[in-house]
Amino acid sequence: MSDQQLSVPTMAQMTAKGESPEVLFWVGCAGSFDDRYKKVTLAFIKILNKVGISYAVLGEEETCTGDPARRAGNEFLFQMQAIANIQVLDGYNVKKIVTACPHCFNTLKNEYPELGGNYEVIHHSTFLQQLINEGKVGLKGGGEFKGKKITYHDSCYLGRANNIYDAPREVLEALDAELVEMKRCRTKGLCCGAGGAQMFKDAEPGDKEVNIERTEEALDTGANIIAAGCPFCMTMMRDGVKSKEKEDTVAVMDLAELIAKNEGL
Amino acid sequence: MEFLPQIAFLIIVATASFFLYKRITRIRMNIFLGKPSGRTDRTSERWKTMLLVAFGQQKMFKRIIPAFLHFLIYAGFLVINLEVLEFVIDGLAGTHRIFAPYLGDFYTVLINVFEFLAVAVLFSCFAFLIRRNVMKIKRFSGEEMRKWPTLDANLILVIEIILMFAILTMNATDMLIQGQDDHYAQTGTFFFSSFLIPLFEGMSVSTLIFVERFAWWFHIVGILGFAIYVTYSKHLHIAMAFPNTWYSNLEEKGKIENMPVVTNEVKMMLGMPAEGSNEPPAEIARFGAKDVNDLSWVNIMNAYSCTECGRCTSQCPANMTGKKLSPRKIMMATRDRAEEVGASLAKGGKGLEDGKSLLGDYITKEEINACTSCNACVEACPINIDPLSIILEMRRYVSMEESAAPASWNGMFQNIETSFSPWKFAPTDRFNWAEDLNKESK
Repeated sequence: MSDQQLSVPTMAQMTAKGESPEVLFWVGCAGSFDDRYKKVTLAFIKILNKVGISYAVLGEEETCTGDPARRAGNEFLFQMQAIANIQVLDGYNVKKIVTACPHCFNTLKNEYPELGGNYEVIHHSTFLQQLINEGKVGLKGGGEFKGKKITYHDSCYLGRANNIYDAPREVLEALDAELVEMKRCRTKGLCCGAGGAQMFKDAEPGDKEVNIERTEEALDTGANIIAAGCPFCMTMMRDGVKSKEKEDTVAVMDLAELIAKNEGL
Repeated sequence: MEFLPQIAFLIIVATASFFLYKRITRIRMNIFLGKPSGRTDRTSERWKTMLLVAFGQQKMFKRIIPAFLHFLIYAGFLVINLEVLEFVIDGLAGTHRIFAPYLGDFYTVLINVFEFLAVAVLFSCFAFLIRRNVMKIKRFSGEEMRKWPTLDANLILVIEIILMFAILTMNATDMLIQGQDDHYAQTGTFFFSSFLIPLFEGMSVSTLIFVERFAWWFHIVGILGFAIYVTYSKHLHIAMAFPNTWYSNLEEKGKIENMPVVTNEVKMMLGMPAEGSNEPPAEIARFGAKDVNDLSWVNIMNAYSCTECGRCTSQCPANMTGKKLSPRKIMMATRDRAEEVGASLAKGGKGLEDGKSLLGDYITKEEINACTSCNACVEACPINIDPLSIILEMRRYVSMEESAAPASWNGMFQNIETSFSPWKFAPTDRFNWAEDLNKESK
């Protein structure tokens, strides 16, 4: 793969060529700008290229879905964003969207329809699970993560918000790793502390930060890898691991990165 | 004067019914301080949810020990109240155990089943008293649980214990009187109350009759009194759990309800055709919620359904890390405010215009700002109460009416407006990540 140039098609380019991709990859703000999460975007792009799926991104035409604005109470701003985004998406006649951000996923899937934006929206964990089921990635047996202890941190916006608990776990099982659950998982999963627009302000005064509490739980499992499926969770867990001075022994990785690495991408 | 007990009974039942009716009317009025809700769709799904969650206790069984104890009390409540039917008929007709001759042996079986349930209720109530007062389960404490809420919880358990003892005492003395007074029907042996017989053996028939009558009156008056008390108590959930689950949110938990008023304005701003844009603008209600009347009536019904069990608060990430937010307190404050406004209106007072409001006087911004919208509270509630929707409505008020969101949120809003990202990055740099792709893969 490494000797071959990869390119990322945009919707604009595709449309200019008279083509329309099967799926739009919604990158999200974190996936576009956050240095750590950009690596997740790249990992996912490599997977998309490998399996040869027809996809495109919006590139510079993509903007915030409005999720943090709505959760912080600014309904005007949310709807401005949403309606503008829907115009762009409908302009390209987008039917199916995949995204690595549970917040974008939730908003596009659940909140855009009422404003006229109707798409089939899937989170990349479900997407990866489908690829695994189709035999397109994973299940090499004895890959890099074979037998390694991995714990999965449930994202609130995937889990409780949208009932996606199994897909991320099935992705991890495809790595032939040892999946260890935290004390609080699935419906009882503990928030990373960043949802509801908390990512964009300091926490209110308390005894402890939520991400520290959650990181302690993750470290208690003895796992060397904390798997995440959300940019906010990734940041919060990484900060937690750093504050516990465990960054040399415990990695926080996204599901797409784990699969990409397992595939040698 | 032989009708005196019947007349007394009738007066007591009528008085209790009157107070109960008044109280129910008041609660109904308080709930409808809230705005209309569209939750009348998907009726078959709603019935199913109510049957599973309220009638079937589905979500209680996430915690097996309290679920089991609670189930005993719940089953006891449903079934023993069948006996109240006989109480009412006997009370009005001046009969005694009117069903006994008709049901024969089946009556004995039936009352034995009731007694078994009464003992099960006793067992659970004692266990709950111990859990609350000796074991000091964390979720039963907390800032909002001081004084009345804790007393209320204990009172309910103690009243239930006394009422159950009244049934057993009544049955035990009844068995002793049978055969000595023609008025008393032959019922056969009641297993559990037989254990109380030694307490009353050797008493004269007149004393036994007095004790039996006392227990009978105590039980029925107790039940009527309890029914009125319940309307002032967190224990109202025994009735409210049913409508509360019927009207619960059936959408994905992550979906925040849309504001159509805003949609119209945004569409006009963007020069798009908006629904009803030709009509003169209706008086624009407040954006979000400052007080109870800005919430939907389902929110207020949620508050009246809350049992203060604290499962929401014990799962709340903000609360468990020492922040001020407690979803249970949000619900309790909403109910307290609705009660206050309702009481004031009933007296012809200022009602909502009393210079106070739910946000500010009952719930602080610090609390609502601490919410991560993780839905743990919504998931945890055994009867589908949604504290998150109240929190979000208040954030809407603060953000849109007061423009007083935390400064860093205002910064984030500005970034989205100008850079189309919550972080301040140039929108033209959004696609730069693609350039790293081939750098990295080499």
